[in-house]
Amino acid sequence: MLKVEEQQPVQFSAALIEKAEEIVKRYPEGKQKSALLPILHEVQAELGWLSPNAMDKIAEFLSIEPIEVYEVASFYSMYFLKPQGKYVLEVCRTGPCCLVGAEKLMDHLEKSLGVKENEVTSDGLFSWRGVECLAACGYGPVLQIGPEYTFYENLNEQKVDDLIQDLRKK
Amino acid sequence: MARKLLLEHINVPDIHTFDVYRQKGGYRAVEKALKTLTPDEVVEEVKKSGLRGRGGAGFPTGMKWSFLAKPEGVARYLVCNADESEPGTFKDRYLMTHIPHALIEGMIVSSFALGAHTSYIYVRGEMMPQIRILEKAIAEAKNAGFLGKNILGTGYDLELYVQPGGGAYICGEETALLESLEGKRGNPRIKPPFPAIAGLYGCPTVVNNVESIAATVPIINDGGDEYAKIGIGRSTGTKLISASGNLVRPGVYEIELGLPVEEFIYSDEWCGGIANGKRLKATVAGGSSVPVLPANLTLKLANGDPRLMSYESLSEGGFATGTMMGSGGFIAFDEDQCIVRNTWNFSRFYHHESCGQCSPCREGTGWMEKVLHRLEYGHGKMSDIDLLVDVSKKIEGNTICPLGDAAAWPVASAIRHFRDEFEWHVKEPVKSLNTNYGLANYAEPIAKAVSTEN
Repeated sequence: MLKVEEQQPVQFSAALIEKAEEIVKRYPEGKQKSALLPILHEVQAELGWLSPNAMDKIAEFLSIEPIEVYEVASFYSMYFLKPQGKYVLEVCRTGPCCLVGAEKLMDHLEKSLGVKENEVTSDGLFSWRGVECLAACGYGPVLQIGPEYTFYENLNEQKVDDLIQDLRKK
Repeated sequence: MARKLLLEHINVPDIHTFDVYRQKGGYRAVEKALKTLTPDEVVEEVKKSGLRGRGGAGFPTGMKWSFLAKPEGVARYLVCNADESEPGTFKDRYLMTHIPHALIEGMIVSSFALGAHTSYIYVRGEMMPQIRILEKAIAEAKNAGFLGKNILGTGYDLELYVQPGGGAYICGEETALLESLEGKRGNPRIKPPFPAIAGLYGCPTVVNNVESIAATVPIINDGGDEYAKIGIGRSTGTKLISASGNLVRPGVYEIELGLPVEEFIYSDEWCGGIANGKRLKATVAGGSSVPVLPANLTLKLANGDPRLMSYESLSEGGFATGTMMGSGGFIAFDEDQCIVRNTWNFSRFYHHESCGQCSPCREGTGWMEKVLHRLEYGHGKMSDIDLLVDVSKKIEGNTICPLGDAAAWPVASAIRHFRDEFEWHVKEPVKSLNTNYGLANYAEPIAKAVSTEN
């Protein structure tokens, strides 16, 4: 399992702060809270997940209360409030994808990675979970991998195995 | 070949770049609107076109625009709803991936019509690749003088930004989307006030679907009257249909509204029939929220006439024998698919995606999921079937936003048309775990009276 100390101090890179400052400029003055969702994505891309300390730092940056960040981060499904594997394989589990084999694919993923949904492999590389409709129903089964949400379509067991192998080699 | 307005140049190499899009006649609508028309004239053309909102509700776009309040000295906003999340729907992803400039061009024309100087495209966060594509397209358009200050020397200013969502189906509901764009949880607002009066930051706002906004480009280029000639009756123009499920060729198709459903499913020009030589059992014609129909009622109306892909024909017969156009998410189920399992899957989806504000939806979607799980896994009781109908009726119409209805309709319609399959799951709990009910009589010519629950 990953060993991450939850209260570990958080440092944002200069590039991240620069990006966050650019995002805030998209909104009228005083409406900087609008930048919250995009900034949460940026922070998660850099740190892998959103720790309480990271969220407090975002609140400070946007001059809003920490609770305003927590309630948003916990509402939306894309934000991780716990450490994840380096690669989080998110498989669409909604109706149309299930018509073309998404459920079997998830069973296969569980077997080949050797971990249950939302668990992390012992080498810290992978976790996986079923997610709701990814709007690619005609190309199912599909999975995505953050933080850029690279998309893999028309999957079968072989393609998933190949993908896992490729990611291991990286 | 059928007429294409949005996807005409889809196969042109590099059509996603500004230069190629422009060579193919792109941004003419911006030039025409900004240089030769007033904002009101643009609104008038869209009204004349009869364009109806392509996101699901089908409300006339021009009329929606004309409701926008215009108080002096208050900013107005156009927000594009690209939070495409309705199961079965993937047309906006397709459009943004392949022809991003069609959306940018439509955003400029529409923003001009509404007097907006800052506009946002709210894209679901999972579509990060599309967000990158749009950001690049915006930079190209700005570089070419189609965005920013004093566009084409006309004095009109517009800034366009892409906003990522956080992964929440509910943000496709326009007031939840606005909440989310303000950096909050996606809880739908109580209406009134409507966004046209108090939307983003309390300012007058229009929220339109990606496809609706892109459709303003051919409407301005050719005129609203020309657009209205395409299609059938009050279903004017073309519509992107996302076809998925057990089809030979699933994918995104641009159809002229009025195409017979049978032709859409079986013709080689479109979906090419049911995959693996199977037979059609059922369809969900407009995205997971709309009523599911058995094969016979998909292809024909209750009176035996062919059903057409149009707002009116799909809803012909009301919920007793019809469905809805919705967002155009067309899902086909072959004879091996289990309606109970799919209904359970959809119920889980709505339970997962309920924002939790209204008790009927928050609790009811969970109850329906549990009861359906029980039926699917061989622990159901006969009374569960009526229990589901009862719960669905108590959600429908009793929530702030339409998610409650969207959760209730698939369950109610599945039981309305496939009750014998649900009963079979109760009577044959072991058998139903390993085999499916099959095609039964769902594809037979409509002979049996269609049951309607009271």
